[in-house]
Amino acid sequence: MSVDLRTVKRVAHLARIAVSEEDAERMTGELNAILGFVEQLNEVDVAGVEPMTSVTPMEMKKRQDAVTDGNKAADIVANAPATEENFFLVPKVVE
Amino acid sequence: MSDLTHLTISEARAKLRGKEITAAEITEAYLSAIESANPLLNAYVTVTADKARGMAKASDARLAKGDGGALEGIPLGIKDLFATEGIHTQACSHVLDGFKPRYESTVTSNLWADGAVMLGKLNMDEFAMGSSNETSYYGPVINPWRRSRLQTTVKPTIHDGGGGFVVPGGVEQSRTYDNMQLVPGGSSGGSASSVAAFLCAGATATDTGGSIRQPAAFTGTVGIKPTYGRCSRWGIVAFASSLDQAGPIARDVRDAAILLKSMASVDPKDTTSVDRPVPDYEAAIGKPIKGMKVGIPKEYRVDGMPEDIEALWQQGIAWLKDAGAEIVDISLPHTKYALPAYYIVAPAEASSNLARYDGVRYGLRVPGKDIIEMYEKTRAAGFGREVKRRIMIGTYVLSAGYYDAYYLQAQKVRTLIKRDFENVFAAGVDVILTPATPSAAFGVADEDMASDPVKMYLNDIFTVTVNMAGLPGISVPAGLDGKGLPLGLQLIGRPFDEETLFQTAHVIEKAAGKFQPEKWW
Repeated sequence: MSVDLRTVKRVAHLARIAVSEEDAERMTGELNAILGFVEQLNEVDVAGVEPMTSVTPMEMKKRQDAVTDGNKAADIVANAPATEENFFLVPKVVE
Repeated sequence: MSDLTHLTISEARAKLRGKEITAAEITEAYLSAIESANPLLNAYVTVTADKARGMAKASDARLAKGDGGALEGIPLGIKDLFATEGIHTQACSHVLDGFKPRYESTVTSNLWADGAVMLGKLNMDEFAMGSSNETSYYGPVINPWRRSRLQTTVKPTIHDGGGGFVVPGGVEQSRTYDNMQLVPGGSSGGSASSVAAFLCAGATATDTGGSIRQPAAFTGTVGIKPTYGRCSRWGIVAFASSLDQAGPIARDVRDAAILLKSMASVDPKDTTSVDRPVPDYEAAIGKPIKGMKVGIPKEYRVDGMPEDIEALWQQGIAWLKDAGAEIVDISLPHTKYALPAYYIVAPAEASSNLARYDGVRYGLRVPGKDIIEMYEKTRAAGFGREVKRRIMIGTYVLSAGYYDAYYLQAQKVRTLIKRDFENVFAAGVDVILTPATPSAAFGVADEDMASDPVKMYLNDIFTVTVNMAGLPGISVPAGLDGKGLPLGLQLIGRPFDEETLFQTAHVIEKAAGKFQPEKWW
């Protein structure tokens, strides 16, 4: 399988990365090189093979359902580019 | 003072405890070494001199009372991927511009609890994506090793006539060095370069496809990626969560064992942290390997592999045989599929992990006319080329209609790769010996690598299988190639059997000797 310029632009939008025409053209070539490389996986007979979900056979640990942390609003917004009264500020999303 | 930087961790530990040296002295020695070398090697992106001095002072107070921890007063470098409270943590990306976390990663917390001193944050490939440390927003790291040519001069013995004065002749060997800059490997290039150039006693690193073992091999240092689940991933910037593991890069096998003991822990904050006590890895060093079964996988003999590497592998086999190990030929039939499967699984996980960098909660923000445009412009400006490439691949293979063909197929192949290893371990093999990398360090801005991303990816061909199967792997320096550059051998072990890796790697280290670059920096 290979991708064309239109697909690359669509994927870039899905990934929320702005691309110029020139970027998209370069990426098309690069992505096709990588997709060509991974193509060989189709040679492998995977009939009856379970997909891997965890490398270590273990049951997922569950935390106790208890409040162990909190009251850190100032810490949480400390690194944000724009805040107001412990809220993250973003451009208007609803009219 | 500068020779204090040449002490191994075990040597420094003895001298600190014996009060022959102080933590303040060894810390100053490293800070001054960094000051003069870093403009040339670019291994550190931030030096935390004040913090280091404060920590060293506290260490000296504890050492004076005789209650120092396992790493008391030992100065370490920390890869920029580890969250360090109040200190630059950017995974060497522009998108995390100015990020200073309000928390400390579990691994670094463990190190500080044991008394280690932080010298600063180390350069790396952006988000740990790369094999040459050239994708860093902070520029490439330079390998302290340079290519050289060995010259042999035969001098005749000179007899000075009747006086009986004799100048003895003999064979003299000298090296002529090439000034071409070489990469230290990646993604933990700053870690490897700083350890090899004596800019820290040891360093933290992480390994998703070979990012500890490949740079260790390129710089003549020891690097171990422990079993998945051995070190907590809490507070480590995530790349591919099912593959990422932290581990140390150190000057010798014993130092790597000492560091891993402190870094590893059982952590309730990481659900994949495995509930097993951390053994005393150092105790495994020096134990005989007589009767140990060492597997040699035929699939690791690849086309175009340099003769030097094949010869080194044969030498490694001979050393282990001499030490009493039993050598057995094994087959890991799905080896060649590990790298292509990795280039589906890792980008897929990365594309979702990196979705969080959106200009809202931390780091860079580039304004746009609406929120979508702000996301798109922020991510376009904040991520470098390699990171974008991987996010795009990941987004594509997870997108509707392609998930089964790519992601599901790759996860099934991953099961088969792991099964290959399980089969040989079930047949009684204790440890597997392979080369660590398919080449020695290459040049900065190598044209072949730059023009073809897949060529760069092939660097991880011998290391990536281990991540796919979640196994422990160690890279240990074993010799120099014809150009005087270090080469490493890799040992792969059963899950949670890091002790056998340290034990066996030590046998190789004893036979091969240690390697250090000629100082030019």
